Amino acid sequence: MIRRQALVLLTLVGLLVATYLWLYKIGVLGQLQCGTGSCEFVQASRYAELFGLPVALYGVGGYAALFAVGLVGLQPRFTADRRVPRVFAALSTAGFAFTLYLTAIELFVLHAICRWCVASAVIMTIVWLLSIFELRAPRSGNTSTR
Amino acid sequence: MKGFYLLLVAVAVIGGGALWYQSQRSAAPPAPSAPLPVAATDAFHGFTVGSDSAPVEVTEYSDFECPFCASFATVQMPVIREQLIATGKLRWRFRDFPLPSHQYSRYAAMAAQCAGEQGKFWQMHDQLFNNHQWAQTGKNPRSTFRDFARAIGLDLDKYDACMDGQRYAARLDASIQEGDALGVRGTPSFFVKGRPYTGRGTSDDFKALVDSLTKKHK
Repeated sequence: MIRRQALVLLTLVGLLVATYLWLYKIGVLGQLQCGTGSCEFVQASRYAELFGLPVALYGVGGYAALFAVGLVGLQPRFTADRRVPRVFAALSTAGFAFTLYLTAIELFVLHAICRWCVASAVIMTIVWLLSIFELRAPRSGNTSTR
Repeated sequence: MKGFYLLLVAVAVIGGGALWYQSQRSAAPPAPSAPLPVAATDAFHGFTVGSDSAPVEVTEYSDFECPFCASFATVQMPVIREQLIATGKLRWRFRDFPLPSHQYSRYAAMAAQCAGEQGKFWQMHDQLFNNHQWAQTGKNPRSTFRDFARAIGLDLDKYDACMDGQRYAARLDASIQEGDALGVRGTPSFFVKGRPYTGRGTSDDFKALVDSLTKKHK
């Protein structure tokens, strides 16, 4: 149960980070608190949009979905339901793959690092690892804390 | 479990509050940044317009997002070009000095450099200043700049590659360093023969200046 709580907490933090980047992208926030100039450069590049939508909006959607599924997994009646960790692991795997793609773009195409993107990448990596552990955990481990 | 939900609510409230605060406050002056590394300069000292044999050269440190720079470029510069540059009396050198308080000025400077790579720096300079609405919206100007690039006939694939690779970042850093060393504090700032020009920055003043220097030169 601790692991599921950690997942929910992490996805909430990820959701806040993605929302911050999305609000910046649509002009609600004037300036990113970045420390170096690369955040704005990354956010202004053509790779900050995908199919006409800001990449950060996909992050908001992804983290929101993970957060919702994570909350469902905390409810007592779903604690032993294996569908929840499966759905969570599938979503987080997609999120992790997207994170790898975006990080590769930053490192090898743009040669610029956005610290908030790195923060999101670290969160998503931890979420993915924990979701895999959760998927592989024996069912009794989930029910013992009830 | 109740404690955990309280923690979630606390994180959501604190995070949401921080986002709200960020959206409400006006653009604060940025914290002093760390000293710039010595820029790898390619011995580039700005784009110039005017005859190499012109007796006077003015160096302008400018920021594409700065409204005063836009006003100067659209009101004074056409007269200076016509009366002083086209007549061979003056050569103009443009140096980038993107102010950190401006969100997209560095991005705009990069767009101009990337246009310069294709021999169209001044055309992009004019697009950026003549259509200065992009600087007032606060919106990401990437597609607007791309439209400018298309309008002046740039090869967009080359332009995109240049922008995405930040090809001229070192040039911009070198230009800022140079401006800092000269004591540039705002934009536009002008230097004549390496010395700061403290006049009003009108075309009439520059004409008078060029006339007086030309007479001395003779």
